[in-house]
Amino acid sequence: MDRPLRGSNRLDVRACELFLLHEARMLDEGKFDDWLALFTPEVRYWVPSEPGQESPLDTVSLIYDDRRLLETRVRRLSSPRIYSQEPRSRTSRIVTNVTIEEDPDPASTLVRSKFMLVEFRRNEQRIFGGTSFHRLTNADGEIRIAWKRVDLVNCDAPMDGIVVPF
Amino acid sequence: MKQTTGEDVVSLVKPGSVHRRLYDDPAIFELELEHVFGSAWLYVGHESQIRNPGDYFCTYVGRKPVVVVRSPEGAVHVLHNQCAHRGAMVVALDKGRADEFQCCYHGWTYHLDGRLKAVPLQHGYPPGFDPKSPSMAMLHIARVSSYRGFIFVNQSAAGPSLEDWLGYMTTSLDDMVDRAPDGEIEVAGGTFRHTYNSNWKLYLENLCDAAHPWFTHRSSIDAAQQQSDDAFSDGAGEIAIRQMRQNGAPYSFWESQVGIWTYPKGHSFLGDYHDDKKLVAALNDPTFRDYVDAMEAKKGKEETKRIMEVRRWNSNVYPNLSFMSQFQQLRVIHPLAVNRTLVCTYNFKLRGAPERMFHNTIRFANVVNGTGSLVLTDDLEIYNRIGLGISSEGAEWLQIGRGFQSDVPDEHRGRRGKNSTSEVYIRNMFDAWVDYMSDGDRAARPATQSLSA
Repeated sequence: MDRPLRGSNRLDVRACELFLLHEARMLDEGKFDDWLALFTPEVRYWVPSEPGQESPLDTVSLIYDDRRLLETRVRRLSSPRIYSQEPRSRTSRIVTNVTIEEDPDPASTLVRSKFMLVEFRRNEQRIFGGTSFHRLTNADGEIRIAWKRVDLVNCDAPMDGIVVPF
Repeated sequence: MKQTTGEDVVSLVKPGSVHRRLYDDPAIFELELEHVFGSAWLYVGHESQIRNPGDYFCTYVGRKPVVVVRSPEGAVHVLHNQCAHRGAMVVALDKGRADEFQCCYHGWTYHLDGRLKAVPLQHGYPPGFDPKSPSMAMLHIARVSSYRGFIFVNQSAAGPSLEDWLGYMTTSLDDMVDRAPDGEIEVAGGTFRHTYNSNWKLYLENLCDAAHPWFTHRSSIDAAQQQSDDAFSDGAGEIAIRQMRQNGAPYSFWESQVGIWTYPKGHSFLGDYHDDKKLVAALNDPTFRDYVDAMEAKKGKEETKRIMEVRRWNSNVYPNLSFMSQFQQLRVIHPLAVNRTLVCTYNFKLRGAPERMFHNTIRFANVVNGTGSLVLTDDLEIYNRIGLGISSEGAEWLQIGRGFQSDVPDEHRGRRGKNSTSEVYIRNMFDAWVDYMSDGDRAARPATQSLSA
């Protein structure tokens, strides 16, 4: 089914998958404002710095944005003076292995997926891979991300700066 | 004097300028590892990382993998991570706890102080084989010394003590510790490891640079200034955005209000430029009020006031350490190659301070040290561009002369910039560099400063 089940806020796996593919496409195409529009007003977007990191509050994170910081991150991405994106990165993402996870919150759907991301910038290509978790809400067919966590397999590796979101 | 291609490398440093080769010549890089990293004290870690006997962590001294371990007697040892038998790296995990170290190749086993404990099949070696020989061990780095819990090593057996070498910079390390109500700090909250394709020196040369935020950080300053404070924040965005906005202070502020101080051996600190009450503990915010209450209860009003009035941004201990005593942040610079550098960052928890304070420390770390920071990523881009720019072999002499005519002596054997945007701290690092590279023999060489020490 492409559409949410009638009479429930829960989403089915196909609807979730299509949503994740849409999100990945917005990022690959550099449509960051459209990407930001996919999030709820109370969103947290989190990329931990450690495998199995339990909290973003007492341990540093590669990215930990509340709504306010996510808006600033996206606004900066469109700045003509974001020198770390001059030239711009090009990215290509594959999103797969989509499953719906047990979630105690009846108002949302917790989705787990795998991704591979190739980023190319200034003669260098690098690859990221890992597991994403999205907590999706559904209001009358409008799917939004209330919480997103991206666990990179190399989250604790030495790495060059991260500018384009996962 | 050291030679590279038949010339004296210290001639590549002039008053007010340095040759671009200092940043991209592999032969000079090798000499730096030998003479700068070979005789300066190098920060390796904090004693809270090895609180108990057997606790260890691995790091690098220059490019050399080492193990930092606490022995059963409580002493700190810093050992080359190499088996004396066939040369294999003995300790493979980044950190842990051990009763002994055992090589996985043939089972040679070592005490935690590096002495050889057991050799399987020992009868097979020739008569002169002596497992008790001092050279048959996981060898020690020549000297190890701690100042208030901060562990440094020196690869040279001769030279000044750690405390003499730190000089007035001990006051910055004091400030790290003094800010804990219970008088103790501990490494906590994880690390960032960020890398860039350029020379190690550029990192420290940027950390006291009060003239770059206005340009380099323009995208994050603009984005933060345009951000509505009505949007939801759980505290993360609030701290980050306030910090980015402070980077947008006008030139007039950076010129006159910040202050830059330098000291012998290449050390320096920049005055703080933050006056936001959510960022600076001395100002009036509920979290900080609780913290100051805890400080006053333990240390008294007068001592607390003295500590809160120490207002420093980056303190840089040349050549491999930078820290922010006010904000509980610390960075270690690791030179990997002439054109590749790794920086590892750490946070400290203040014993006796409210837990919310440490949450703010983490939020602050994410914006000032984070691999995905909206600020730091533009600094990394600058280092990369300097690497690329220098490879163009354009202007030979890079300029470090801003403030050259106006620097003034400091009462603690240092020099400070009359203006906060003086490049005095870069000239000061190159003075130390020249000393190290010429093994202290400055014979008739002009200092890079207008005021010679």
